[in-house]
Amino acid sequence: MFRAFVDYVTVASHWSGTSGIAHRTEEHLRLSGAVVLAAAVIALPPAFWLGRARRGGFLAQSVVNVGRAVPSLAILALLFPISLRFGFGLGFWPTFAALVILAIPPMFTNAYTGIRSVDPSVVDASQGMGMRPFEVLTRVEIPSGLTLIMTGVRIATLQVIATATLGAYVGFNGLGSFINEGFRQRDDAKLLTGAVAVALCALVVDLVFGVVARRVTPWRAPEINLRKESES
Amino acid sequence: MIATDKDSFIWWDWVGRHTAQIQSATYEHLRLTLLAVAIGFAVSLVLSAVCLRFRWTFTPIAGFAGLLYTIPSLALFAFLLPITGFNTLTAEIGLVSYTLAIFVRNIVAGVESVSPAVIDAADGMGLTRLRRLATVDVPLAAPAIVAALRIATVTTVGLVTVTGLIGQGGYGSFIESGLSRNFSTEIVVGGGLSIVMAVALDAVLVGVERIATPWTRARPRRGT
Repeated sequence: MFRAFVDYVTVASHWSGTSGIAHRTEEHLRLSGAVVLAAAVIALPPAFWLGRARRGGFLAQSVVNVGRAVPSLAILALLFPISLRFGFGLGFWPTFAALVILAIPPMFTNAYTGIRSVDPSVVDASQGMGMRPFEVLTRVEIPSGLTLIMTGVRIATLQVIATATLGAYVGFNGLGSFINEGFRQRDDAKLLTGAVAVALCALVVDLVFGVVARRVTPWRAPEINLRKESES
Repeated sequence: MIATDKDSFIWWDWVGRHTAQIQSATYEHLRLTLLAVAIGFAVSLVLSAVCLRFRWTFTPIAGFAGLLYTIPSLALFAFLLPITGFNTLTAEIGLVSYTLAIFVRNIVAGVESVSPAVIDAADGMGLTRLRRLATVDVPLAAPAIVAALRIATVTTVGLVTVTGLIGQGGYGSFIESGLSRNFSTEIVVGGGLSIVMAVALDAVLVGVERIATPWTRARPRRGT
């Protein structure tokens, strides 16, 4: 089994072409990047705004609960017929839309909590120094809440990379396609190729986030905390 | 999108003719979920006890569980398939591994957050270590433990949908078949019911939490 896997990934032709490892990895990461960007644009501004206003705690909690209750495969599958009906076709768009929906809750809640938990006296002091509201946000509140904001983006990104795998079932030509084809053709080597590639992507991106988080918040040791979302 | 024929978003005729399948899928989905949560919880209790007794074990145990948690679900099942085959064991190994990261961190954090003064008082009353754990630490950590149960259960319901893709029944099998035949009714039934099950189980656990921790209601928490 392991031999078969090594044999598979060491054949040059398995790396090239539109169903090759290189192309599918690129598609997978490209889609994930686009999703994270889109979700950040949608989720972060309202999270910053509500966090500043110290309002919407109930909304933030509800967003987490709903986000967690909706199984990713269910939302992906449900968007498939909708996408076909409205002429967006299969593959990229239903996967993209489903992943954006999934990425919003962790980003929103963590960013909201991050901004909200900034010490009010610090905000007060920066206002007293004559900073305008926008300056207070960009120079005080966002840097102070950066650890949590980054945690949210990281959780969302990992979830997106994982779920993009499921996109294979709605025709997205990413790394999940190896797994999907591996199941159908009972080809263990193909199956393992997909599994290893996706797991590697997730682990590498997680590592990169760890390094970036440490760089951008040198004053604080980064914490990886699964409980962030669960505190009630 | 009015339900009149098989091209509509959801075709109620089909639903009416497949109630038996829907029932058995519900049973399978629930069984896989509860089994995974129960095994995961039991394993995590042991791991958490080890972490609390021998502090240095927390970092490697939590780190390993976190690593498992990072592996995408479909990839993990794909890893296991060539070894354990298309069966419940494959599904359960994957499902249980995912619950570990959630449980261990929450249980350990919950027990650790018990106030030192309370522990001091319990020790002063002459409780043995085990007795203190059972009558003081665990009840006070109950909200954190139930919170972990809620997250683990809801997450597992979603993951069981994925095990449907490797032929383990449950709602995922409707989604799989609906996607491969491009038949939206099956997708809507499978996807919709798994959301309903997640929300329902979450609501049940909220109820359990309220019953198990009556003291949290007597002293409402105030906003900071």
